[in-house]
Amino acid sequence: MPNHLYHLTADEVASGIKNRDFSAQEYISQILERIEKVDVKINAFIAVDKQGAVEKACSIDKRIRDGDRTGGLSGVAVGIKDNICTKDLKTTCASKMLEGFIPPYDATVIKKLKESDAIIVGKLNLDEFAMGSTTEFSRYGPTRNPWNINYVAGGSSGGSAASVAALECAISLGSDTGGSVRCPASFCSVVGLKPTYGCVSRSGLISYSNSLEQIGSVGKTVSDVVMIMNAIAGTDENDQTTKTTRPIATATTPNTVSLDRIPKYGLHQNKRNIRVGLVKELVEGADPAVSKCIYSAVDLFEGSDCNCEDTSMKSIQYALASYYTIAMAEASSNLARYDNIRYGFDSSPEGYEWNTYFAKVRNNFGEEAKRRIIIGSYVLSAGYYGKYYLKAQKAREMIKQEIKSLFEKYDVLIAPTMPILPFKLGEKINDPLKMYQIDIDTVVANLAGVPAISIPVGFSNCLPVGLQIMANEMEEQTLFDVASTFERIVDIHRSPEI
Amino acid sequence: MVEVKIGLEIHCQLTGLQSKLFCSCQCDYRGKEPNTNICPICSGLPGTLPLLNQRAVDFASMISLALGCSIPDNVMFYRKNYFYPDLPKNFQITQYNAYGITSIGVEGKVDYGVKSTKIRRVQLEEDPGRLIYENASFYTLIDYNRAGVSLVEIVTEPDFAEPKDVRMFLNKIISIIEHLGVCETRLDGSVRCDANVSLEGGKRVEIKNVGSFRDVEKALGYEIARQKTMSVRDIEIRSETRHWDDARKITKQSRAKEEEEDYRYFPEPDIPTILLGNDFLSLLKVRMPELPDERKIRFLREYNLSDHVSQVLIDNKDLADFFESAVKIYPSSPNEIANWIVSDLLGFIDDSKKEEGSLFSGLRIEAKHMAELVRMIDQNIINRNIAKMILSQITKTGEMPSYVLDKMNTSIIDNKAIISEAIESIFESEKSAVKDAKQNPNAANFLLGKVMQLTGGRADPKIALNLIKTKLTIM
Repeated sequence: MPNHLYHLTADEVASGIKNRDFSAQEYISQILERIEKVDVKINAFIAVDKQGAVEKACSIDKRIRDGDRTGGLSGVAVGIKDNICTKDLKTTCASKMLEGFIPPYDATVIKKLKESDAIIVGKLNLDEFAMGSTTEFSRYGPTRNPWNINYVAGGSSGGSAASVAALECAISLGSDTGGSVRCPASFCSVVGLKPTYGCVSRSGLISYSNSLEQIGSVGKTVSDVVMIMNAIAGTDENDQTTKTTRPIATATTPNTVSLDRIPKYGLHQNKRNIRVGLVKELVEGADPAVSKCIYSAVDLFEGSDCNCEDTSMKSIQYALASYYTIAMAEASSNLARYDNIRYGFDSSPEGYEWNTYFAKVRNNFGEEAKRRIIIGSYVLSAGYYGKYYLKAQKAREMIKQEIKSLFEKYDVLIAPTMPILPFKLGEKINDPLKMYQIDIDTVVANLAGVPAISIPVGFSNCLPVGLQIMANEMEEQTLFDVASTFERIVDIHRSPEI
Repeated sequence: MVEVKIGLEIHCQLTGLQSKLFCSCQCDYRGKEPNTNICPICSGLPGTLPLLNQRAVDFASMISLALGCSIPDNVMFYRKNYFYPDLPKNFQITQYNAYGITSIGVEGKVDYGVKSTKIRRVQLEEDPGRLIYENASFYTLIDYNRAGVSLVEIVTEPDFAEPKDVRMFLNKIISIIEHLGVCETRLDGSVRCDANVSLEGGKRVEIKNVGSFRDVEKALGYEIARQKTMSVRDIEIRSETRHWDDARKITKQSRAKEEEEDYRYFPEPDIPTILLGNDFLSLLKVRMPELPDERKIRFLREYNLSDHVSQVLIDNKDLADFFESAVKIYPSSPNEIANWIVSDLLGFIDDSKKEEGSLFSGLRIEAKHMAELVRMIDQNIINRNIAKMILSQITKTGEMPSYVLDKMNTSIIDNKAIISEAIESIFESEKSAVKDAKQNPNAANFLLGKVMQLTGGRADPKIALNLIKTKLTIM
């Protein structure tokens, strides 16, 4: 039994508990201690559910003692981004607007994690409503990078990546709308996956931009991420955008499309002859400190019987404009419901004319959320719809088509996850455009709906660099195979000193 | 003559469904405690996603087909964004055709009488909740029980020139919807109608808040007169929304909106495009119930009814159903049954009931009664006058005609209505005796004798004489 159980990967935790090498209670108490010790510095958690975690650990231990079957994530400590609804547990989106919101339901992914006997230890920090790339736009203060607490952790799922990197939980869930899982995974040197659009149910994920976002997973290893996906992926009758549940009107019977789960994922580390396309524009556009790391990883990879070649993605020039137009348009509408009448914070509408009340309470959104609501409303307004929103959709279609044709030539496309190294807190907070630009490498996968993963491939100036791998729609297995091959070759085993 | 243009927007709740448009809450919200018929989805809680009710798509498609619309292969939903406290999400999921045709039905045509009106579109959308204003209070209450109920909006081209045409058209629409079985139109608020009116070359005025279809005609009449008066006096008619004031029977300006509202429509990302197409349509066509026009043709052909009688029956589905049930029981004389319904039974129904469409409420007559009555006439068991008396009795008591007749044959008739019925027919046939009796009170005895004869001597003579005398004095 290792000294510190919080170092273990999900697989090691689950098998350790099942084999009774240690108990879920022993493990979870070490995790809770760890959180207590380091989170004052990191600020990854908005709320820790000690009582719930301990109770769940007790029940798992009891079932194991009784010889009952337990799930695939037995006892594994998981943190949840605070824009994913958890029954009876406050879900704030790091916003004043949802300060008092306690969901009466679990998101589908939460139900599935609970069925797999994972232990939910708490809710993780994010940019308000997942709008940001640094987790600085949180009502609960920024999350700090475990590798250097003066640096940003990335965002918007900063809490999800930092908590795993800082060993405060084994795995976590985030959401990825334009890179929100991959960016902090890269900045914190952990593995982060954005699945194919429709692969994981969004039911219970508080919407920022519905057509782009997916719930993603973060772990220390590719294997961790595979385990999470085996628990949460699959079609869901509560989300009609999940794959194979597309509504087809039949006129006679209700929806008869099968609700079969997506097959279990595995890990095959020794795949050969993988066709890899290195996206030239993204590697060349990156900070040399980043591209150097990427090139050396690719060199190692080429040594293992895989074919890498440079390729070009011309439509990439439209990606950011298209992404931000669509995301903000959808956000402006999604955030309209926060009027503090049915739920929210303590402020009575009594005595106000309703329009005045709406204006008063909606002033409590943070700066970035307000900016996106205003821009989003603008691009959807009658005179500008064609000029902006419709054009953005056309560009999105172009990008989809180009990606599709690239995947006829390549099994995977690789690029940096982030074009730059993690930067200091506050460095870009007053320059929204600069902040938006760092999403250039990640937004493509969201626009095209394809899966993408970020894995650690090295350090530059003691700051992490992540490699991004994209695969074709529903080709998560390919992605895992290539990612774990890279993981094996690059072979990074480091934890930050906190 | 200034040309008047009237267009309509009719909202019809799909009350024939079990659940709401995007969740499993009950579609029937009426009479429930406020905010008990809600769930996280229809109250718009964060994280919930709309789950489209497939049958609502089927129903809306049936309406589209019935209104002669074409149905596109791909149907989509849009968000209509505006802030209002009765909208839990502060946007309404609806449909929109400005960026390509994606509503369930487009470009239809409906014939009514000798005229016809073009249908611009048929769309499926969610009903908002309801605001409840309490008198002289500083607050407004919100009841979300209705939020998310399926609504079909039918938008016509401005093809109407006269309010009475609108009335005829609306009756036709109601009959179609009733025949489809998608909406119980007599439920309060299940069908609502907004209208827009413009004079030739003038601005368009919208009229909202019209409670009943009879009022639509009145509101339009008022609004046309108002606009004509203004136009004669060279006062500019502004583009505006007016509300119908039911108490004062006028339209009045709604609180003025300074700017045109921009709804920032865009495709609803949470509901994938719905693929309809030919297979869907052919399945749907097989399942379509008989429509009023088809039914009328069948009535003419199968029962040999006159055009007028068929039309009266078809205009109200209850009446047509009543007729066919009676014919099923007694198939020998459909014409006789139809005539009895149209010329006699309808006389027992007062106008307010006809207006509400609930023809048979309060009447205890059933199809089997009508069938037996006509059979007894055919078999010469009773004559028409007796039949009328019996019919009057049945509507009140729900007794079988033969039973009523037995009672009449064996007992004294002390039912004033039945005796009145007999007196009525004697007064018809004995006009000169009636004239006499008005001058000479003793001649009333002659009329009494006739009434006694007609009722087989069973009418209570005291009651009969009193009724005759009363009738003579009020004539």
